[in-house]
Amino acid sequence: MGWLDRERTVAPPGFNRWLVPPAALAVHLCIGQAYATSVYKTALVKHFGASLTEIGVIFSIAIVMLGLSAAIMGTWVDKNGPRKAMFTSAMFWASGFLIGSAGIFTHQLWLVYLGYGVVGGIGLGIGYISPVSTLIKWFPDRPGLATGMAIMGFGGGALIASPVSTALLKMYDPNSGAAGWVASGDSVGKLFLTLAVVYLAYMLFGAFTIKVPADGWKPAGFDPATVKASKLVTTENVSAKNAVKTRQFWLVWIALFCNVTAGIGILEQAAPMIQDFFRKSDGASLVSAGVAAGFVGLLSIGNMAGRFAWSATSDLTGRKRIYMVYLGVGAVLYTVLALAGSSTTFLYVVLAFFIISFYGGGFATAPAYLRDLFGTFQVGAIHGRLLTAWSAAGVAGPLIVNAFLDAQGKPGQLNAASYQPALLTMVALLVVGFVANLLVKPVDARFHEPRPDRDRSTEPAMEV
Amino acid sequence: MSTAPTSGAQESVNASAGKVAVAWALVGVPLAYGVYETLTRVAALFG
Repeated sequence: MGWLDRERTVAPPGFNRWLVPPAALAVHLCIGQAYATSVYKTALVKHFGASLTEIGVIFSIAIVMLGLSAAIMGTWVDKNGPRKAMFTSAMFWASGFLIGSAGIFTHQLWLVYLGYGVVGGIGLGIGYISPVSTLIKWFPDRPGLATGMAIMGFGGGALIASPVSTALLKMYDPNSGAAGWVASGDSVGKLFLTLAVVYLAYMLFGAFTIKVPADGWKPAGFDPATVKASKLVTTENVSAKNAVKTRQFWLVWIALFCNVTAGIGILEQAAPMIQDFFRKSDGASLVSAGVAAGFVGLLSIGNMAGRFAWSATSDLTGRKRIYMVYLGVGAVLYTVLALAGSSTTFLYVVLAFFIISFYGGGFATAPAYLRDLFGTFQVGAIHGRLLTAWSAAGVAGPLIVNAFLDAQGKPGQLNAASYQPALLTMVALLVVGFVANLLVKPVDARFHEPRPDRDRSTEPAMEV
Repeated sequence: MSTAPTSGAQESVNASAGKVAVAWALVGVPLAYGVYETLTRVAALFG
């Protein structure tokens, strides 16, 4: 397997760096399928005779495994290079679908947990971080643009997987024309087999296309001094082991956690929330289920577009300032949504669109923020550790919203006022994140990796 | 003699541009399809 080694993937002179973003996108578009599981959720509930919660656990395990594997495998990914990491991710992701399909065909739900949840989740984590540090090294002049392009794929993957999966389920199920049709377990199993093959092919295309730049490579006409315009952008390097000892890492962790928690608060409840916001006194909503589905689609576009647009913008504004926008402007928009969102659907939709674009932007800008603070040395591994904030927010966001809504009444009886406590809690969280981001300062020199011209004799202690 | 390297370099640039176009098409076409399908659902919001 030497052909997967980092040494074998060094780009020859003249290699076009614009081949790297599509290679990264090939992986992120595939693993982005994780956000399209709702397509077959009802089918699995019926097939296994299980509750929605029991089926929802499949997705929860996958997201927890994403955070864990990204945190644990980050150093391995940085050491072994993007090709081996993408190849490994492809094997885990495709195997996850294969094992999951076996579980569906044999009516063994635990096999789906193991396959899609655990094995597939490991593929998610490795795949998510695999191209990040390579992109940053290929685009030292536009790191936000580069990581935005790749991480946009994670948002875009669901946009592709959702309609394709629906079409395949209809094709595989002979009863798809029946009224009130719910896809059969057999058709979901076949869908999993198909996705395994297609995703394997696409991810291997990414793995064999990606290359790392040779040591000392820089884009033509690029002057590193132009990037070092802000005092927050370092030319030093900090190891992953030392990065987690710095205050900066945990401040960015808090900022990302708050931003993601607030975004998930809306995403999780998107369809019922817009209907509840415009519920009339007789209990009927002005917003139909079809319109609510359109709203969810619009949020998906906002999530994807925000990843690219805001992250690319951060190359011009600086990472700290763009996070001030995500968290500060986000808090203001959230407040308006809570207090006046029910006045018109147009205002509600515009506010939600921007809030979700900030949610996506926070994800996509994080790797470049880490590059600025800790250098490129182990930025992939540091990014992997930072993603534990996502896992934590994935638990906290729905918990906060559901706890408040449960206290307000039953689904179908809620209105705009019922959401105010949950939304205003999110505003408070965003303010906490804003303050954390505001406190980010350059990393102390004692955490920098030694250079030949400047050695360090002792291991740095935890920053206090 | 002096034109040979230039011609070779030009071929390399063309091949590289072709590869870039194919690679972007492989990811861009499915993504464009996904965005289009989503926008058709979004239309219900403003319809």
